[in-house]
Amino acid sequence: MFFLDRAWLIPLIPALSFVVILLFGKRMPRHGSEVGIFSVGASFVLACGALIRWITRVQDAKGGTALGALGRSIGHLGAGSGEAQVLPVLHHLTWFQNGGVRLTVGIQIDGLAVMMMFVVTLISLLVHVYSLEYMRGDRRFTYFYAALSLFTASMLLLVVADNTLQLLVGWELVGVCSFMLIGHWWEEKPNSDAALKAFLTTRTGDIGLLTGVIMTFFVVQRATGVGSFNIVALNSAASNPKVGHTLILWCAAALMLAIVGKSGQFPLHTWLPDAMAGPTPVSALIHAATMVVAGVYLGARVYPVFFNGFSIGAGGINPMAAIGGITVLIGAALAFVQDDIKKVLAYSTISQLGYMVMALGVGAWTAAVFHLFTHAFFKADLFLGAGSVSHSGSHHSFDMKTDMGGLRKYMPQTYKTFVIGTLALSGIFPLAGFWSKDEILANAGHNDYKLFLVVGLVGAFMTAAYMTRCVYLTFHGEYRGAHAPHAVPHVDEAEHDPIDTMASVEHDAEVHSPHESNRLITTPLWVLSFFAVVAGFLNFPHFDKFEKWFQPRYPAAFAEIPTLANPAAFNIFLAIGSVALALGAIGIVWAYYTGKLPQGLSERNALAGKGKRFLVNKYNLDYLYEQVIVGGIKGPIAAGVYWFNQNVIDNVLNYTGKGAQALGRFTYNVIDQKGVDGIVNGLGTLTGDSGGEVSKLQTGRLQFYALMLVAAVVIFAGALWIFT
Amino acid sequence: MLLNEFLILAAFLFCTGVYGVLARKHAVLVLMSVELMLAGVNLNLVAFGAFHHSNIGQVFALFVLTIAAAEVGIGLAIVLLIYRNLHSADLDDVDTMKG
Amino acid sequence: MHTWFDSWALTLVVFIPAIGAVITMLIPREEEEAIKWTALLTTLATLGFTIATVAKFDFDKTSTLQFSVTKNWIDVINSHYHVAVDGISLPMLALSSFITVLCVIYSWNHFPEPHNPKAFLALLLILEVGMNGTFVAQDLILFFIFFEIVLLPMFFMIGVWGGPNREYASIKFFLFTLFGSALMLLSFLALYFKVDVPGVGHTFDMVLLSHAAGAGLVKSTGLIIFGGLFVGFAIKVPMFPFHTWLPDAHTEAPTVGSVLLAAILLKLGTYGFIRIALPILPEAAKSWAPWIGLLSVIGIIYGALGCLAQKDMKRLIAFSSVAHMGFVMLGISTLTTFGINAAIFGMVAHGLITGMLFFVAGSVQHNYGTRELSRLGGLLKQAPKMGWILGFCVMASLGLPGLAGFWGEFPAVLSTFNPGGNLSQPLFRTYMVVAAIGTVLAAGYLLWMLQKVAFGVPKAEFADAHIHDVSSFEWTAWVPILLLIVALGIFPNIIFRVTDDAVACQTAAPFVSKTTTPVSPSLKCPAAPATAVVTAKRSGG
Repeated sequence: MFFLDRAWLIPLIPALSFVVILLFGKRMPRHGSEVGIFSVGASFVLACGALIRWITRVQDAKGGTALGALGRSIGHLGAGSGEAQVLPVLHHLTWFQNGGVRLTVGIQIDGLAVMMMFVVTLISLLVHVYSLEYMRGDRRFTYFYAALSLFTASMLLLVVADNTLQLLVGWELVGVCSFMLIGHWWEEKPNSDAALKAFLTTRTGDIGLLTGVIMTFFVVQRATGVGSFNIVALNSAASNPKVGHTLILWCAAALMLAIVGKSGQFPLHTWLPDAMAGPTPVSALIHAATMVVAGVYLGARVYPVFFNGFSIGAGGINPMAAIGGITVLIGAALAFVQDDIKKVLAYSTISQLGYMVMALGVGAWTAAVFHLFTHAFFKADLFLGAGSVSHSGSHHSFDMKTDMGGLRKYMPQTYKTFVIGTLALSGIFPLAGFWSKDEILANAGHNDYKLFLVVGLVGAFMTAAYMTRCVYLTFHGEYRGAHAPHAVPHVDEAEHDPIDTMASVEHDAEVHSPHESNRLITTPLWVLSFFAVVAGFLNFPHFDKFEKWFQPRYPAAFAEIPTLANPAAFNIFLAIGSVALALGAIGIVWAYYTGKLPQGLSERNALAGKGKRFLVNKYNLDYLYEQVIVGGIKGPIAAGVYWFNQNVIDNVLNYTGKGAQALGRFTYNVIDQKGVDGIVNGLGTLTGDSGGEVSKLQTGRLQFYALMLVAAVVIFAGALWIFT
Repeated sequence: MLLNEFLILAAFLFCTGVYGVLARKHAVLVLMSVELMLAGVNLNLVAFGAFHHSNIGQVFALFVLTIAAAEVGIGLAIVLLIYRNLHSADLDDVDTMKG
Repeated sequence: MHTWFDSWALTLVVFIPAIGAVITMLIPREEEEAIKWTALLTTLATLGFTIATVAKFDFDKTSTLQFSVTKNWIDVINSHYHVAVDGISLPMLALSSFITVLCVIYSWNHFPEPHNPKAFLALLLILEVGMNGTFVAQDLILFFIFFEIVLLPMFFMIGVWGGPNREYASIKFFLFTLFGSALMLLSFLALYFKVDVPGVGHTFDMVLLSHAAGAGLVKSTGLIIFGGLFVGFAIKVPMFPFHTWLPDAHTEAPTVGSVLLAAILLKLGTYGFIRIALPILPEAAKSWAPWIGLLSVIGIIYGALGCLAQKDMKRLIAFSSVAHMGFVMLGISTLTTFGINAAIFGMVAHGLITGMLFFVAGSVQHNYGTRELSRLGGLLKQAPKMGWILGFCVMASLGLPGLAGFWGEFPAVLSTFNPGGNLSQPLFRTYMVVAAIGTVLAAGYLLWMLQKVAFGVPKAEFADAHIHDVSSFEWTAWVPILLLIVALGIFPNIIFRVTDDAVACQTAAPFVSKTTTPVSPSLKCPAAPATAVVTAKRSGG
C-alpha cells in the first residue's frame, strides 16, 4: 500500500520544489521550470498510483470486509450498511500540544481525496507545461514557477488533510498563492487591486471558516468528551444527539460562509472575474479547476455537518441549495454581457460552482463531486484555449469584440478543443458535462427539491447560450484583430518585456499575425479535451464506477445520510429534456449571430442544426426565444444584474472599504486624537494651569504669608474644636 | 493654683503680638511683636510647669529666651541691611520673593 | 545535582549586559569600533548563556521553576533576590536576548542622528538588563525594579535619537508608563500587607503569593488590587484606551528602539498579567476577565481602523500592534490554558514579526528619507529583496497559517468559544466573532500598506533614486528572524511544548471548570512550595 500510505509525499514534493526554485531557480538552465515540472510530474505519478491502489482496494472489498485495526477504532461509530466497507487510509503525527489537547497533522486518503489529488496534479502538470510557452520570457518567470509549486503543494495539503485545522492551513495558503499569482504583474495598479480584492473577499468568507473550524472542535468535544479537529470524528459526531442541533447549525452556517467566499458564490462572487487579471494558466489552474472548488471540497468533506445542520434530508429549500441556485442563474446571466473571453469563462465558473453547491444542498453528494471532477477538465480546457487565443491569435488581448473573430481558420486545434470544452460545459450528450449535470438534476428532482430542478434546467439553457456566443465571437465571423485599424497597443505588451535570453526574437515576430500555438500549448489542450469527452462515462448508468470508487463507504462517514446510499436513478426524460434545452440555446444564439438563416451550421454540428430547426419550425417559438428570452437576458436582465453587481454589490464592498476607512479616519482623528488623547493632554494642561493659578498666591509679602499661616491655624483649630 | 489667669494673660500677649505682626508696617515693630508672642508662649510654659510641679517649663522658657535674643539680633541685622539697600524699613516694599 | 551553572546562569544572563554597559562607558568616544565590538560581544555572551540555559532546561518539568536562586536582599520587607525560569519565562527570556543581539548588528552602521554609538549602545545594554531581569524575577520588588529600569534607556533613546517630535513622544511614553507603574507599585504593597501566606506571613515572593492565590483577601480589596495591576500592565501592553502613547513613541523612536519596544517592552505587560495578576488574584481575575476581553476586542477592531487611516508606514505598523496585542489579551482573558498558551505564542510571534516590520520600515526610511505611504511605491522594483521581505512579514502579520502569527491568533480565538472560570459563554462567543472580523481588517490594512509601498512603479521623485537593497548587516540581523517565523509557523510545538504544562499549573489552574477543555491526565504540577523558599519562611516571621 505504498501509494496510499505514503500519500503525504504528494504535497511534500511540490513544497520542496518551491524552496528549491526560490533559492536556486534563477541560476538553473531553464530558470526553475524544470524543477517545477519534474516535481509536479512526480506528484502526478504518485497520485495515479494512489488512484489505482484505491480502486483496487474498492474492487477487492466484497461485502463485510474485515475491519482492520483502524476499523476497530472507528467501527463502533455507526452501523455497517451491509455494503462492502472501504476504510480510508489514515496516518497522523502529533503536531503540537496545547491545553492538554494533542493536535495532529495527518492524511485521510479515501475516494474523495484520491480523486482530488488526481485532478489537481494532472491539471497542475498540464498548466506547468503550458506555461513554458505562455510565460516564456516573462520578467518573473522563475517566481511564477515557484508560486505554482507552492500553490500545488498547498492545494494538495488541503486535499489530504485529516483534520479541519490542517485544511484551514491549506485553504489560507492557496489563498495567498492566488493573491501572488493574480497580482503577478503588480506594476499595474488594476492587477494589484484585483489581487487585493480577491484576497480580502475570500478572507471575509474565512471569518466563517475560522469560526466554523473552531466549532468543529467543540462539536467533537461534545460528542466524545475530547475536542478534536479530526474529520472522521467530526462526521460521526455531526449526527450525535449529544451535540445539539443549534451548534451544528451554527457550524454549518459558518462553514457555508467560507464556501461562499472561496467558491465564488453569491453574493461574494465578485472577486472571481477580477481575478482574471492574473496570467491565464493561473486562471485555468486556480480560478477554474482547483482552488475555487476548495469550498465545494470542504462541503463534501464534512458533509454530515451541512446535512444535519441545514436538514438537507427534509427537502424543500435550505440556505445551501438556495445560494447555489441563485449563483447558477446570476453567474450565467452575467456571462452574456462580457466582451472579455476570460470573464465569460469566469462567470461561467461561478455558475458551475453554483451547480456544485446546489447539488450538495439538495443532498446529491456524489453528483456534486462528480461535477467538480468533470468541470475541472473542461473548464481548464476552455481557459487554456482562451490563453492560446490571446497568446497566438489576438495580440495578447482577451477582448472578443475588438481583437478576435474568425480565428478558427488560423487556429484549428485551439478551435476544436475549445468547441469540445464548450459542448462538455453545455451538457451535450455524451460529453462529460452531460453526465454530471444530469445527475445533479436527477437528484434534485428525486430528493424533493423541485424548485432547484427548474433552476438547474434554466441554468443549463443559459450555459449553452452564452458559450455559443463566446465561441461565435471568438472563432467565427471576420477577424477583427491586429490588422484592423482600430487595433490599439495593449498594456499586456509589458507582460513580455524581455529580461533575459529566453525571450526569442522569433516570438516577437510571430506576434503580429494570428497563428496556431505550438505544441507546448496544444498538447495540454488535447489532453484536457480527451478527459472532457470521456470523464463522464465513469458514471454511466448501471456502470456507476465513479460512485463506487469515490463515494465513502465506511460507517463513520456518511452512514446516516440516506440519499447517498440510494442516489436517484438515471432519468431518461430529464436527460433528453436538458440536452434539448442546451441544443435549443445553442441554436437560438447561433441564429441570432448569423442572421435568420444560419449558413453552414449543420455541417459543423448536425445536432445543433437539428435542434435549432426543431425549435424554429415545430414550435415556432424563435421570436419568443430570440427577442424576448435571449434579447431579454442579453439586454435588460443581464445588464440589470450586471448593473446590480457592479453598482450595488461591488459598491457595497467598495463602500464598506471606504466606510471603514472613513470610520477609521473618524476614530483616529476625532475619538483618538481629540478624545482619548485629549483627556491625557488635558490632564497635563490642567496641572500646568492650576500651578500657574496657585503661584499667584505667592506675593512675596511676608505679612501675607503670616496671615495665611494664622488663618490656617485658626481654621484647623476650629475644625479640631468642632470635631472633638 | 490659678492657671486660667496666667493663660488668659498669655493669650492676650500672644494675640497682641499676632496683631502687631500682621498689621504693623515697620519691620522693627514687627520684630517687637514677635517678641510679645514669644513672651506669651514663655508665660504659658512657666505656668504649666508650675501647675504640674515640674521645672521643665522653666527650662524651656530659658531656651526660648536665649533663642529669641539671637533671633532679634539676626532680625535687626537683616532689617538694617534692608534699610541700607532700600532706604526703607516698610515691609510692603520687600516683595522680592514674589512668585 | 546542583552545579555552579544552576546557581549563576540567570544572574549572569541578567547582569552581563550591565558589565558590558560599564565597559562601554569607560571606552573613549572616539574608539567606535571597540565600543561596537564590546556591545556585540556582551550581547552575544548573554545570548550564549541564555542558550545554555535553554539547553540545560528540563523540558519534562516545564512547570517547575528551574535555575532558582534565592538570597536575602531586603530583610526588613522580607524581599529576596529570587530569580528562576519556567516554561512561561523561558520563551520570553530567549526572545529578549535574541532580539538584542540582532539590534546591535543592525545598528552597526545605522546609527540615527546624533550618532554617538557609545551612549546608544550603553543604553541598549542597560535596557537588556531590565528586560532579561523582568522575565526571571520571582519577587515583586525585584520585578518592579527591573520593570522600571527598562523605562529610562527607552526614554533617552526616543528623546535623543528620535524623530522630529521626539520630546513630546518620549515624555508621553515616560509619564504614561510611570503612572501605570505607580499604581502597580501600590498594588504590590497592598498584596504584601493584605495577603497572608499560610506559614510565611507577609511576603513579596511571587511563587508563594501565587500558591496562596489571594487567601485572606476580601473580594472588593482583591478587585481593587487587581485594578491597580491591570492599569499598570495594560498601559504597557498597551490596551485600548491606554494605547495613545504607543503610536507616538513608535513613530518617533529610532528603528532599533521601535523594534525593542514592539518585540520586548510590550510583552512586559502581558507577561505581568500571566505571571502576576492572574495567578495571585484568581478570584478578581474572574470578575475582571469579561472587561479585559471587551477591551481586547475593541482594541482589535479599533487598532485595525486606526491603521486604515494612517499616512505614515511606521505609524501604521504601530497601530497594528494595538490590534495584535488585542489578540494576545483576548487569549489571556479567556483564563484557559489554551488561550494563555496562545497568548504567549502570540507574544513571541508578534515580537518577531512586528519587530521585523519595524526593521524594514526603518530601512525604507533610510533609503527614501520618508515613510509617507502616498510617496512610496514600487519597492519591489527598486529593492526586490526588501520588497519580498516586506511581503513576507505582511503575510506573517496578517496571520497566515504556516507562519508564526497564525498560532498566536487562532488558538486565542478558539479558546474564546469556551472560556474558563465560569465566564459567560455567549459573551465570549461574541468576542470570538468580532475577533474573527478583526482578522479580515488586519488583512485589509496590511495588504493595503504592501500595495502602497511595494507594488506599482516608483513615484517620479524617486524614479532615479539609488536605492540600496538589503545590505549584509541587514541580512545578518534579519535572516534569523525570518527563519524563526517560518520555523515557529511549521512547528508551533517549539513554544507550545514549553509553555503548556507551565501555564496549566501556574496560571490557568484556578480557572478549570467542567466546561473547559480538560487538562491532560498526565499533567503533574509541582507541589506547593512549603520548603521551596526556606529563607522566606525564616525571616518572614
